[in-house]
Amino acid sequence: MTNAAMAIRNTNNGARTKRIIIRTLEYLAILLACFIALLPIWSSFTTSFKTAEEYGTTNAMALPQNWLNFSNYAQVWTEGDMLRAFLTSASVVVVVVAVSVMMGSMLAYVLNRFRFPGNGLIRNLFMIATLIPGIAMQVTTYQIMKDLGFLNSIVGYMILMSGTDVISIYIFLQYFENLDGALDESAVLEGCTYFGVFFKILLPLTKPAIITVAVLKGVGVYNEYYSANLYLQSNSWRTISTALYSFSGPFKSSYNIICAGVLLTLIPSLIVFLIFQKQVYAGLASGSVKG
Amino acid sequence: MSFVGTVQPDLRRKRVNWQKVLVIVLFAIVPLFLLMLFTYVPFAKMIQFSFHNMSYTKDKGFVGLDNYLRIFTKEEYIGAMLLSLYYMAGAVVQLALALFLASVLSLERIRGSGIFKAILFFPFLVNGIAIGYIFKYFYTRGFVLDSVLQAIGIPLESLPYWLRDQSINNWSLVFTSVWKYCGQNMVLFIGAIASIDPTLYEAATIDGANRWQQFKAIILPGIKTVFMLNLILSITGSLSAFEPAYVVGSMGANGTATFFIKIHQMAHVSQKVGQACAMAMVLMALILLFTVLQRLFFRYVMKDSENTFNAKANKAKALW
Repeated sequence: MTNAAMAIRNTNNGARTKRIIIRTLEYLAILLACFIALLPIWSSFTTSFKTAEEYGTTNAMALPQNWLNFSNYAQVWTEGDMLRAFLTSASVVVVVVAVSVMMGSMLAYVLNRFRFPGNGLIRNLFMIATLIPGIAMQVTTYQIMKDLGFLNSIVGYMILMSGTDVISIYIFLQYFENLDGALDESAVLEGCTYFGVFFKILLPLTKPAIITVAVLKGVGVYNEYYSANLYLQSNSWRTISTALYSFSGPFKSSYNIICAGVLLTLIPSLIVFLIFQKQVYAGLASGSVKG
Repeated sequence: MSFVGTVQPDLRRKRVNWQKVLVIVLFAIVPLFLLMLFTYVPFAKMIQFSFHNMSYTKDKGFVGLDNYLRIFTKEEYIGAMLLSLYYMAGAVVQLALALFLASVLSLERIRGSGIFKAILFFPFLVNGIAIGYIFKYFYTRGFVLDSVLQAIGIPLESLPYWLRDQSINNWSLVFTSVWKYCGQNMVLFIGAIASIDPTLYEAATIDGANRWQQFKAIILPGIKTVFMLNLILSITGSLSAFEPAYVVGSMGANGTATFFIKIHQMAHVSQKVGQACAMAMVLMALILLFTVLQRLFFRYVMKDSENTFNAKANKAKALW
């Protein structure tokens, strides 16, 4: 072999080692990030299977002796009244999602398909609303809820949750802009009413937008805790968030039991995420472009 | 850009179409009513209340700027305001990390990127109260974090009390926020990177550009808009940070009370609604100020790059 060929082979080898090192580093970085993302949840998961004695004596990172010890789950389910909390949260999610989908699609239909005085004004009112940080208005919103008799009222909470949302309207507006207007035009010429056009023709066509709004709004409402803690303090209307919040009372520092409750609340989000992963990612994008 | 869209041309509008009017009114009235009830009415009331000395039940009358003056003279409030600097620092780290992970996961040669993406994103979907318990357990003396740190050789005696020690506890809380939102930022970046024309990379590779040059010349300009929006959202989010202090920090105990926690306590614990409204007004003004400043800054930066681009294009034309 000539010297020149040797040199080429050496540099090729060098490039290959460099490539292997870079690839390893890339995977290491990702794996480290995943480890950090999972570690807090993983430790709660393992702890939820530990008996009270095990919890007291073993290290927090030690694995449970019996992976099938579901007694903490049973205890938190009955003593924490979690079935009722799940049902309450489920009904809030169903109602709020249904109302948001209907309101968002109807308003978007009107704003996109009809030219009328005030169309621009309504759009601007909703746009300016996104600039006012909702969090700053919690104090006076509380007063309005109080005046309306909505403290400890599940209906009031549902109305509040449906009424403070602009993103679903925005997602529907975007969707209607890409739906061909010739479709409803011809239906109207054939004698269909505007109501018929909306409910029979357009609404079924917006199914992808409906799914996106339902998933985003559903997960958001399911996880909402600030207003739930503020407005639903009575025991009869505990959502999952408020039920979870109250655990620090009866279960004090029995984290093995609390962790079981925490894990139970993660299951619905996890299932929805696994099924609608694409819609979640897509919805995030359209939600963040709103500014 | 959001609500300023196009209205489809309505061809038949010779006389008033009552059916049309009915549809418009029926379909728009409920959302508009709720928008007024939960956004504009509270907004107006907030302005009004901020000049009053009042509780939820009693109004002791107009006090002018007293509520506002108190905010800027009491050290307590200014200290709470300064806590948002921790969260801003966290937001910068979070964005850098999210961008790094997004650009690595966007590489074609990484296998299983879908699973990694899902794992890193999932914390965003965890219930806030659950995050509170998970991290209280995580940070407890001798528990999860301490065990891991001991395993890599750091003795327990040299570790602080993560949530109690005031020299570190705000960083502990900021970390929980980064943990929750980093994956979400990353997903947005991955989406933006995916929309970049792949032939650009090929051209760059042929031209002999290395990874860092490719990142600077192709990826960064391609995700400019998303990056800007993420930055604005995280900075304004830092100003009104409350979640970590509320759920992990036991309602702002041990000097972790952010400005929003102060507002919450002022209204719902001390029942000083007027004072709380003035604080909320200040918070809102700060958020708007930061939003406008950042937008102006980015407009300046972007115009600048567009100008140089145009200049180059003109030069090229002139050469032709």
